Amino acid sequence: MKVVLRHPRREVVVEGPSIVRDLLAHLDIVPESVLVIRGNELLTRSDKVEDDDTIELRPVISGGM
Amino acid sequence: MNCRVCKQRAAVEIRRHNAAFCPDHFVEHVQRQVARTIHDYEMFGPDDRLLLGVSGGKDSLALWDILTGLGYAVDGVYLHLGIGEYSSESLILTEQFAAERDLALRVVDLPVDYGFSIPQAAATQGRSACSVCGLSKRYLLNDAAAGYDALVMGHNLDDEAATLLGNVLKWNTEYLGRQAPVLPAVEGLARKVKPLIRVAERETAAYAVLRGIEYEVEECPMVAGNTINRLKERMSVLEANSPGVKQQFLFGFFERGAGHFEVGEKTELGSCRSCGSPTTGDVCAFCRVRDRATHPLEVRES
Repeated sequence: MKVVLRHPRREVVVEGPSIVRDLLAHLDIVPESVLVIRGNELLTRSDKVEDDDTIELRPVISGGM
Repeated sequence: MNCRVCKQRAAVEIRRHNAAFCPDHFVEHVQRQVARTIHDYEMFGPDDRLLLGVSGGKDSLALWDILTGLGYAVDGVYLHLGIGEYSSESLILTEQFAAERDLALRVVDLPVDYGFSIPQAAATQGRSACSVCGLSKRYLLNDAAAGYDALVMGHNLDDEAATLLGNVLKWNTEYLGRQAPVLPAVEGLARKVKPLIRVAERETAAYAVLRGIEYEVEECPMVAGNTINRLKERMSVLEANSPGVKQQFLFGFFERGAGHFEVGEKTELGSCRSCGSPTTGDVCAFCRVRDRATHPLEVRES
């Protein structure tokens, strides 16, 4: 599957299918630090992602303060 | 994972509440949290004139959406800080949001109205860019809030918890004495309120996505290495291991800690010789920053 990362924006390919929690662990990303977005929907840790999905891992820290 | 309310497929899990919600019930949950905060801390009433500081980021746009949804009339003020494309994009997103909802938005343009940008100011000061930016924003927002009953800020649970941790680590007792959900008006300084303090950063981002709000996803290019963001990253690891720890830390402080740090003697505020705004010195910090940024050589020579 295609995984879109931010800060800066880039893409990596990860073999699927997978479960969101395993995908995040594979990429060494703390679940609390990102939203997992597929199209118009938000996914939770237990959702399944397929090999042909495009997933955005959007950091929840953005902007300044 | 299913919604706590309707048992449909969940979109957002909130581990500290041991709950998950579908999109509709998550939006309702966030709105209820904000309504409860406004009520519990007596932040404002339905007839108050409210001004929201809007940055084009998820927190301020989500809060504008929540407050208008709760029936409050809220104007917005956007500060154009002159940070290249980042400022331009954030302004476009803010203007689109306001235009689509027919909301009143005022734009204060730092380079046009005051003759300098944050990058220019940061290059001429002995302070970090975030410090210069923070004091400029406080000054400009306070100025814009004249005539309003309250200045509404989009600081979320993570912002406040990280600020608190930073102040505890350095035992900044004066700042600890001033950290509160409501800062009352004092002479020349607007009343400030923070209705998002019960909503975590991840939840305001999720709210914005689920409500179809387009916001600035990128980080400010000047924020790299920012202390607050580093503290937030550390706290998100603690939160992952102990869900709820951030909320317990912040609200425990409000309920049982803050009283120990109350500001004792009131600092006498005078008027800035240059702009007339309240200050403890002869010239306020913003005017000193502006003078150095716009006349760097003259100030260094004097």
